[in-house]
Amino acid sequence: MTVETDPSSSFAAFAHPERLVSTDWLQAHLGTPGLVVVESDEDVILYESGHIPGAVKIDWHTDLNDPVERDYIDGTAFAALLGAKGISRDSTVVIYGDKSNWWAAYALWVFTLFGHEDVRLLDGGRQKWLDEGRELTRDRESAVTVDYPVVERDDSRIRAYKEDVLSHLGHPLIDVRSPEEYSGERTTAPAYPEEGALRAGHIPSAVSVPWARAAAEDSTFRPRAELDAIYRDEAGLTGEEPVIAYCRIGERSSHTWFVLTYLLGLDDVRNYDGSWTEWGSAVRVPIVQGTAAGSVPTNR
Amino acid sequence: MTDTDLPGQLAEIREDFLALEQPDRLQLLLEFSNELPALPERYQDHPDLFERVVECQSPVFIFVEVDADKAVHLYATAPAESPTTRGFASILAQGLDGLSVAEVLAVPDDFPQTIGLTQAVSPLRLRGMTAMLGRTKRQLRERTLA
Repeated sequence: MTVETDPSSSFAAFAHPERLVSTDWLQAHLGTPGLVVVESDEDVILYESGHIPGAVKIDWHTDLNDPVERDYIDGTAFAALLGAKGISRDSTVVIYGDKSNWWAAYALWVFTLFGHEDVRLLDGGRQKWLDEGRELTRDRESAVTVDYPVVERDDSRIRAYKEDVLSHLGHPLIDVRSPEEYSGERTTAPAYPEEGALRAGHIPSAVSVPWARAAAEDSTFRPRAELDAIYRDEAGLTGEEPVIAYCRIGERSSHTWFVLTYLLGLDDVRNYDGSWTEWGSAVRVPIVQGTAAGSVPTNR
Repeated sequence: MTDTDLPGQLAEIREDFLALEQPDRLQLLLEFSNELPALPERYQDHPDLFERVVECQSPVFIFVEVDADKAVHLYATAPAESPTTRGFASILAQGLDGLSVAEVLAVPDDFPQTIGLTQAVSPLRLRGMTAMLGRTKRQLRERTLA
């Protein structure tokens, strides 16, 4: 790691406290050589409306998604993107964003597909920085382009494809969408646009734990004890089996993937980014409606 | 419809966007966002008049007025932390303001796809503006039938 980690005691109980930094830490470290701050939001011009001084912008849709196929960019495009943002392979990257870091966690997950080692989240994200009255600037992005190596994306460890989910049935699945989407009353998050799933409901045996339960009122992550109560006691995750999380397109479940992997320390968690927009339109995959998880289907 | 019969103020907005490089188009969208007018006082206490544009990712509400001179005015509210949605509403509020009902109804439904934002903003997000235009036209049709 290039830049020292945040020793804040509030992170000490987490399995990987080095994955979080506080607003105080970031304020004190702005401008430190080797540190690059990245804003990643749902709203495509929120960065332009004001951002943390020196931060660069990475947009989940226009930067990280392949413009043609439904997939992430490849190693060549990722290298070009990060290089242009002034990020080297050994840079410490701190990502923050709107909506309790929902999209920031998604960007962090994509960085991790490419094995970028030191990538952290700003606990509380953009909202906490604003609420504390800290400085924002409208300065244009001014990164100096550096070399980032072309590294092939590794989808095998933290990403699940539809086929992986089918063969995973019988092991823990976490559905992080809203209760209405889980039960099948609707196919999109309340107040979100239709993104085209033909059927509604959830993957059989998936437990419903809406992603935002991991976030406190001030957008920070909830304390370890509360997260354990939600994911271990209530959802029954023991850490002994592999886990797959999904939502609608894999963004909200990136937030949960971050919680399970880095805050609770589960060592085999994958994010199914095809999620409901794939599963809910796929032919001959099992679906359960209603509030009960439903049983694992037998072969058919 | 060709460029020449798009109402002048909408054609001007489109030309302004198309004249810019991609990153500058986002800056212009932000300028529109900052220019979204506040509601006139007479509508400030009338949330009942406003219709939610559910296709947008953030809470945006619109209300279409036809004044005594038969001119159309679009009013919208959207939160400050959703500048993209505010920008979309502001483009339509400015672009449609003062047009006749017939002129607004004749605006092509794909106007949002023609102003050079598809690549900069993404087609998914642009759907919000398309929905706003569609709902504006539907309100006008209902208003003029009544």
